[in-house]
Amino acid sequence: MANSPKDRRYTREDEWVLAVDGEGTVGITDFAQEQLGDIVYFDLPEPGARVRQFAKLGEVESMKAVSDLFSPVSGEVSEVNPQVADSPEVVNKDPYGAGWLLKIKLADPAELDNLLSAEDYDARLAEGEGH
Amino acid sequence: MSNPYIPNTEEDRRAMLATIGVGAAGELFADIPSQHRNPALNLPPPLSEPELRRELSQMAAGNRPAGEMPCFLGAGAYRHFIPSVVNHIISRGEFATAYTPYQPEISQGTLQTIFEFQSLVCELTGMDVSNASMYDGASALTEACLMAAAVTGRGRVALLSTIHPHYEAVLRTYAAGRKLAVDVMEPRDVALSAEHACLAVQQPDFFGYLEDVTALAEKARAAGARYIVAADPISLGLFRPPGEYGADVVVAEGQSLGIPLSFGGPYLGIFAAREKYVRQMPGRIVGRTTDSEGRAGYVLTLQTREQHIRRERATSNICSNEQLVALAATVYLCALGRQGLRRVAELCYHKAHYAAEAIAALPGYSLPLEGTFFKEFVVRCPRPPEETNAALLERGIIGGLDLSDRIEKGMLLCVTEMNSRQEIDGLVTALKEVGS
Amino acid sequence: MSGPQRPSMGARLSFDLSRPGRIATTLPQCDVPSAELPPPDLLREELNLPELSQPDLIRYFTNLSHLNFSVDGGFYPLGSCTMKYNPKVHEELARLPGFAQLHPLQPAETAQGALALMYELQRSLAEITGMDTVSLTPAAGAHGELTSILTVKAYLEYKGESRHKVLVPDSAHGTNPATTALSGFSCLPVASDAQGNTDLGALAAVLDEDVAAMMLTLPNTLGLFDQNILRIAEMVHEKGALLYCDGANLNALLGQVKLGDLGFDVLQMNLHKTFSTPHGGGGPGAGPVAVKAHLAPFLPSPQVGREPDGRYAFQTPEHSIGRMVPFHGNFGIMVRAYAYIRSLGAEGLREVSENAVINANYLLACLRDAYHLPYDRRCLHEVVFSGSRQRAKGVHTYDVAKRLMDYGFHPPTVYFPLIVDEALMIEPTETESKETLDAFCEAMLAIAREAEEEPELLRGAPHNAPLRRLDEATAARRPVLRWRKENR
Repeated sequence: MANSPKDRRYTREDEWVLAVDGEGTVGITDFAQEQLGDIVYFDLPEPGARVRQFAKLGEVESMKAVSDLFSPVSGEVSEVNPQVADSPEVVNKDPYGAGWLLKIKLADPAELDNLLSAEDYDARLAEGEGH
Repeated sequence: MSNPYIPNTEEDRRAMLATIGVGAAGELFADIPSQHRNPALNLPPPLSEPELRRELSQMAAGNRPAGEMPCFLGAGAYRHFIPSVVNHIISRGEFATAYTPYQPEISQGTLQTIFEFQSLVCELTGMDVSNASMYDGASALTEACLMAAAVTGRGRVALLSTIHPHYEAVLRTYAAGRKLAVDVMEPRDVALSAEHACLAVQQPDFFGYLEDVTALAEKARAAGARYIVAADPISLGLFRPPGEYGADVVVAEGQSLGIPLSFGGPYLGIFAAREKYVRQMPGRIVGRTTDSEGRAGYVLTLQTREQHIRRERATSNICSNEQLVALAATVYLCALGRQGLRRVAELCYHKAHYAAEAIAALPGYSLPLEGTFFKEFVVRCPRPPEETNAALLERGIIGGLDLSDRIEKGMLLCVTEMNSRQEIDGLVTALKEVGS
Repeated sequence: MSGPQRPSMGARLSFDLSRPGRIATTLPQCDVPSAELPPPDLLREELNLPELSQPDLIRYFTNLSHLNFSVDGGFYPLGSCTMKYNPKVHEELARLPGFAQLHPLQPAETAQGALALMYELQRSLAEITGMDTVSLTPAAGAHGELTSILTVKAYLEYKGESRHKVLVPDSAHGTNPATTALSGFSCLPVASDAQGNTDLGALAAVLDEDVAAMMLTLPNTLGLFDQNILRIAEMVHEKGALLYCDGANLNALLGQVKLGDLGFDVLQMNLHKTFSTPHGGGGPGAGPVAVKAHLAPFLPSPQVGREPDGRYAFQTPEHSIGRMVPFHGNFGIMVRAYAYIRSLGAEGLREVSENAVINANYLLACLRDAYHLPYDRRCLHEVVFSGSRQRAKGVHTYDVAKRLMDYGFHPPTVYFPLIVDEALMIEPTETESKETLDAFCEAMLAIAREAEEEPELLRGAPHNAPLRRLDEATAARRPVLRWRKENR
């Protein structure tokens, strides 16, 4: 059974968000990076861009596939992880730590209730509902 | 007699069918609906090798190839010098009978030559990246416009009226599929809006003359449209490359670079762009890397752009490139090199100007267009170009393209390094006779 | 290919071998008076092309060629690519000056021999496929596919019908959905059933009057003949849609059945696969399109036809979709394909498909105990195995492929079609001997044993190729796509 970090919330599309003081750090889960294989590129919005919960955020390219990324929360992008542009493999190595993708100023913290807890996300994976 | 391309003998087949577990080969086709099996094929009886040679030689002899006569016809396909080394290298079975290099460890010959091609194209055009080639100049131009539309999100493509009419035609066919609007503009009358994804120009233009490419670059930039230049690669031996005057994408027909006329194909699409477009560019791209022992090698890369991974999200459906033709161009550019390409370009320039001056001096003939030209120019003839060409053909000369639908009694003449002074003087004499 | 490791050639390109003043050919002096050059601001200052002598140039490219695996060098069983032997007499014929030196725009009366060849090739391909009219213009298979779908679109629009969807099997090649997007249609997948046929229930669920066409590859990418083909054609036509065949696998069917008889309205074929023209390392090819009469008026221009006086000429179909290429297609490739058809005749074409299918079924029989066969049926010209059994030992199809190189074979197609896990698609073609197939099977069986007993041999493969495994991930993350003085 996967052991996803309990300090954050998850989408059904395998993204996570760690909310602290009205700002959410966003990334993809360990399951996602494993499925993708060697990640080669991220197409992410610039700081200042507005995003909506569950809307398409960008794309991730690996050696064998291209996948859409969906935003776990609504708000304004405040920062994009500079390491990800030069060394996208950091997301494979450390998806919950150094491999964070971007930070979003939360428009509505209540939206976090629409997301899965770590336990619920892990349960989904166990039932094979992950993709 | 046995088919030389099928090694298996009756005995081999019997043994294999036994291993498979059937009595006769026909059983292997049992899934085909029986009412449609074994149709009659109405084809001529097979020819042995000597008979095949005779038959096809006769068909070839039924032609009068322009490339073997004094030829002054251009308009998108050119009679240029092909050094002997080109055919020698592309005839090597290791290059000609290999497949797309999906297994890089055993395809470094193909991969390294593609990397060479990409590098040479970048140097020639002054751009940052090139792909491994496309079908031809027309599809390259089309793909550049499609890319501009995808990148800008805009729905209109602007083209100058002085682009090769067949290139415009190909673009329109593709644009219809994508609901892109095509706006054709006169060079002196370019008006771009925020809806235009790109401005495409040809340099030299279809008539052989140079456009004001710097002014046009500025118009594109001001409208936020991408600037696409379709260049004559031989002209780049002499003239400033589009990378130096603001092109976002440079496309070209590479047939002039060591590829025979071949009655229209296979030809070579060249596509080069600025660094920022590298993940949106269509076509195959080769990158440099290392193997597990740290040795330099080459691989197909950025494949997630391509159809076999992106599928319906791909911006292009292109699969093949024109690899062996790109190899010919690579060998050509290496064989001529810096000095050689410049000399070819100069020869074209001087000979074309010599011819133009001599023809303009003939009674009844004139040069209706103004400006700087490279290897092609337009002549106004006293008699209709069709008649003029028929008379030239009787004298064993291939005349220029009949342009009378666009320029009254106009003919597009092309002069390259392959036209000796004798041939040019012969043309002038013939035109004089025909015009009087 | 085995033996001591050669040093890599990859570090030194023509630019590195260049020395100022060298050249590999000679050009004449200018024999006319010089004209005044344009002003300097129009001219380029630098032209950084390499300068090589002829011996150095020949040696460089010749040595590069030695690093390539090719059909001329060995067995190259890539599924759906039809890597058959390329006859050498065709190379001679395509290079005849009477063909190679023809300008595409020269007057038709000076190119009657070439036009006759194109006309006869159009007719032969129509006859072979059981269709009415052929367009030779598309430059490649994907191009032919795009041409086909645009033709269908034009036909439907002409009839006043507005349809938006195209159906594509889940086993389809990536060009199929890419083509539908380029043509302005949306793409719906149709599932295959457990026998590898199109699932008729799944088809019925998505077929409606908004479907313009269904695209099928026949035999499909599993190498299997769709046993439901006649019913599929019926169902598709009942809804007023058209049936397209991706003819990539035509090598299995030459002389055995005419695609037109099975109900196809339009199809594309690959001269560089089925009709023996060389693959060239990735092109050039040609992708002619064949249609039934109702679609003929919409084909691209130009077509070769005959005037009332019998002479050949280019013509434009009445409602043509327009041009797909600047001139009229890859004539140099057409010469080779035409020569091939003339040298085989009807019986020879039948022998091609028969031997291709025997060879593939022989491989199926020899390898089925060692490798998992996901669809337990007779295949046609290619067989698809799965490396799933080997994966249980921690070895992937990728590793099997790399290890095959050490045995002197080019790997088959891997990881395609997507509906088979760890797919291995093997197409031997008819131009391989039983001895070659036996040697290949021996290697595959040895590798299967190695997967059980010494899997590290596979994971570290290839050991004997000109290069070891290449770092493709870094190439995609930090692309280096051209030579620069700095990165020597």
